[in-house]
Amino acid sequence: MTIRIAQLSCGTEYSGIQFEIESAARAVGAKIVYPDVSYDQVQEALDRFGFRPKSQQLQLMIARAVSLADEKYDADAVFITTCFRCAEAALVRNELRRFIQEHTRLPVVTYSFTERLKASQLLTRMEALVTIVTRKELLARERQTGLTAGLDSGSSTTKAVVMQDNKIIGKSWTASGDVVQSATQVLEEAMKQAGVELKDIEAIGTTGYGRFTLGKHFNAKLVQEELTVNSKGAVWLADRQRGEATIIDIGGMDNKAITVRDGVPDNFTMGGICAGASGRFLEMTARRLKVEIGELGDYAVRGDWRNAKMNSYCSVFGIQDLVTNLGAGKVFEDVAAAACRSVAEQVYEQQLQEIDVRHPIIQVGGTSLNKGLVKAVGEVLGEEPIVPKDSQYIGAVGGALLSSGFLGD
Amino acid sequence: MKVFIDPPNSMILFDLVERFGHEPLSSMAVIQEKVDNIEVDMPPMNVTLEDVIKGLKYAGIEVPSGIRGRLALWGPMIDAADAAIVIENPPFSFGCVGCDRSNELTKYLLQRRGIPMLTVAYPNDAEGAKSMVGQIKEFLDNLGKGAKA
Repeated sequence: MTIRIAQLSCGTEYSGIQFEIESAARAVGAKIVYPDVSYDQVQEALDRFGFRPKSQQLQLMIARAVSLADEKYDADAVFITTCFRCAEAALVRNELRRFIQEHTRLPVVTYSFTERLKASQLLTRMEALVTIVTRKELLARERQTGLTAGLDSGSSTTKAVVMQDNKIIGKSWTASGDVVQSATQVLEEAMKQAGVELKDIEAIGTTGYGRFTLGKHFNAKLVQEELTVNSKGAVWLADRQRGEATIIDIGGMDNKAITVRDGVPDNFTMGGICAGASGRFLEMTARRLKVEIGELGDYAVRGDWRNAKMNSYCSVFGIQDLVTNLGAGKVFEDVAAAACRSVAEQVYEQQLQEIDVRHPIIQVGGTSLNKGLVKAVGEVLGEEPIVPKDSQYIGAVGGALLSSGFLGD
Repeated sequence: MKVFIDPPNSMILFDLVERFGHEPLSSMAVIQEKVDNIEVDMPPMNVTLEDVIKGLKYAGIEVPSGIRGRLALWGPMIDAADAAIVIENPPFSFGCVGCDRSNELTKYLLQRRGIPMLTVAYPNDAEGAKSMVGQIKEFLDNLGKGAKA
């Protein structure tokens, strides 16, 4: 079955990236399609939508979205993309995403691109769209069964959990090095803690950047991108399997903001253009302050970000701000708080504007162990996020939970 | 004479310019060259990163890539044009699927060149259409005379 992803876009051909978009879709067994509309439909759609952008290609995007909403064109998922930095396109992109979500149940992903976009940057997003369409039953799985393990090979850390009968019985993490070596180490530690051996494990699920390599090495039953796996792990850990929620996962290299309904994601964004809002930036901050990354959050909680403002969209300029603040004699606590505030603000400004935040907010990933960052996210959003126990293990938990779906209970 | 048409993909303008004895400069020509090139890198239009970088000549790095990509194709034609015809506010059926930011820049670049330029409002009725064609014909005829003089 080929998944049809409807592309609503402006500027992709002239940016020279249309081929990359189609390659990414092909790589995950999907096909990019363009809803057909007639000239008259464009005028009708603009009247109905109530937003009349000057750019004709944006007008065409609106007409295509209306065609999908009216079920005049058959698609399984929607990819909305426009040029980075275009203000008019940013407005249309966001309103179209809302419109599609209000009028259809199609999963949507939005993206703003530059001319440097490569297919590999879109793979995880396209794969997630395909997963949501093809694996609805698996994603609806609420309980883990049997004895399974999950491996999450992230950019900064590698995590493993062993689960049995819906409980975590072993877990371990390490800094990522060699993908297979790191995963083997954490899996062995988790199995030791659980008191089981590899031959006892009935299914393994892998996710994260190293998922394909690990999937092959461990003969995994489930090899899946982190957007769907992490959201599943997050709702399981937070015990929010039913209803709506927003999951914020600030990772080592990129951030994910995912909205879910009954545990199934329906809209997500992944940070892509700026590194200033990532866990890596907090690592750099900790290194410059000469404190352990684990201590950074404690410093931040005691500080006040207002005393050392850091206002940057770039990790390099962010560190420059930090150095300037330290040079001006600001205290570590205030600088640490400012770094956390800067990350929280950027996640809010860059990513959460592309999804409609649903409640509750569940904050997960390694950075959720940083109390200063959680506090900053809560202040920026005006709502304290839920940080479930073992929040850094979402990917591994999601992998163990979903892979148990292949056991046949 | 070489006449840049705006919208640059208008078949009607292309035909009028050619019919009245001039050479139209249009998107179709440059895109055809790219599409016919056997080394296809970026279908469907084969605009590559190199083109987008070339577009920096016309629009700065802070401008969206789609604008720079368009200008990489249209810019050299604007530079080569002896005259231009611009239709204001054309609908889709006139051959225009574009980015209005690119359109604004195109008109500005044409004005900056100081070449003879005819700007006509898109007609709403048959009378308006006749008048538009008449104005274009007159403009193109005069261009010819100017060239001979």
